[in-house]
Amino acid sequence: MPLAPAITDAEQLKGHPAVACLLAWNAAAVTGVKFDREEMTIWVDRANIREACAILRDDPECLFNFLADVTCVDWYPAEPRFEVVYHLLSIPKKERVRLKVQLDSASPAVESLTSIWPGANYFEREVFDLFGIRFNGHPYMRRILMPEDWEGHPLRKDYPVEGYR
Amino acid sequence: MTNNLTYVLAVEKLLGLEIPPKAQWMRVLMNELTRINSHLVWLGTHAMDIGALTVFLYCFREREEVLKMFEMVSGQRMMTSYFRVGGIALEPPLGFFERVREFAGRFPEKVDEYENLLTGNPIFLMRTKGVAKLTAEDAIALGATGPTLRGSGVDIDLRRDMPYSGYENFKFKVPVAQEGDVFARYMCRVLELRESIEIVKQALDGMPEGPIKADAPGIVLPDREKMKTQMEALIYHFKIITEGFAVPAGEVYQAVESPRGEMGYYIVSDGTAKPYRVHMRAACFANLQTLAKMCEGGLIADVVAAIGSIDIVLGEIDR
Repeated sequence: MPLAPAITDAEQLKGHPAVACLLAWNAAAVTGVKFDREEMTIWVDRANIREACAILRDDPECLFNFLADVTCVDWYPAEPRFEVVYHLLSIPKKERVRLKVQLDSASPAVESLTSIWPGANYFEREVFDLFGIRFNGHPYMRRILMPEDWEGHPLRKDYPVEGYR
Repeated sequence: MTNNLTYVLAVEKLLGLEIPPKAQWMRVLMNELTRINSHLVWLGTHAMDIGALTVFLYCFREREEVLKMFEMVSGQRMMTSYFRVGGIALEPPLGFFERVREFAGRFPEKVDEYENLLTGNPIFLMRTKGVAKLTAEDAIALGATGPTLRGSGVDIDLRRDMPYSGYENFKFKVPVAQEGDVFARYMCRVLELRESIEIVKQALDGMPEGPIKADAPGIVLPDREKMKTQMEALIYHFKIITEGFAVPAGEVYQAVESPRGEMGYYIVSDGTAKPYRVHMRAACFANLQTLAKMCEGGLIADVVAAIGSIDIVLGEIDR
């Protein structure tokens, strides 16, 4: 089964409910789309991620009511350096979609999703702990895996292999 | 073996690799045995937490059998690694299928035994019924998956709803309970034990013949025999062992229904032999968030029952 090339043209992907829904809501908030290996990825502007998630959750065509995962990829030394990755699942429609927010290294902060899904809590704390991304509006933004007094964020690509001490 | 499966499925999705049916069937078989193993450990320890000590010994008796089967195929009882990108490592050894069949034949009676000890036991019922309730809305909002979610009446099972590794060829029921209490989650898992053994039987009966590895030189290790007679096979073997194999750039999220819920691997490849980013979505990590909600307004003593009912595995939480 050879891999089909990725589709990145928003026009071609309009049929997908999540893309259609977000474009209808605010086309400027969608900064990119990709359909690759049967998976849909949508890049959303940093300022709009919380609202975009709320809309995807409540839109009757989408119903992405379950936040499966939040994680981050560090593209150091490229800019924008961080990509926060959200995986949403629609339990009624059995569909998945991936949302991404790009953050530069100067201000790695994004709005928290805890007001939409309280379950984002641990995932965002993990991303904060390992990548140093701040989630604004998070109720308890503290380390979750590493000790409280740990220096640095271990999964950043410029973190020394032996740590800082 | 579920973590093993999720990772190889994710890499295969990145590669666009097709897996021969026998390997898929073996994966399903081993995966369901893993579910039985996991649920037996859960049942034993959960019952012990609540004060029913005997069940633990019964469960570990059967679990030992399952671990012996793991050892037969993979050489290890725990932390097994039997699946490979492109298939499975080895043909299952002689006598393996007979052993599984024999186990599958008598396992349902064993589940009856556990149920005799617990399901009608008044002390167990008092400790579990109506305790640590979780509504469907809360379970979804808090990211719960697996039996923790199904115990609250949400009917989703990735094996049935988003099938992978040939699960669409198997017939099984997805137990769902509406009450959302400790007992509901208990019933879901016990019924899953029975369903799993049915899937194991179906996998044994329908086990296809044929190769166990995909035809993908450069990715799948060549057979030992070929290496001794064919130059090409020897070169591929050397290259895979020393350099690995390059995976086309891209990203995938592959989720499977692990015994505890949705286990997902998010892998980003930059086109080299080493993944750029691997992230595990662990079911327990998210399920643990429900604990606070469950225990609200309850008794301290019931925290023990609640924590057991989400099948907590700490190794999965801190990964």
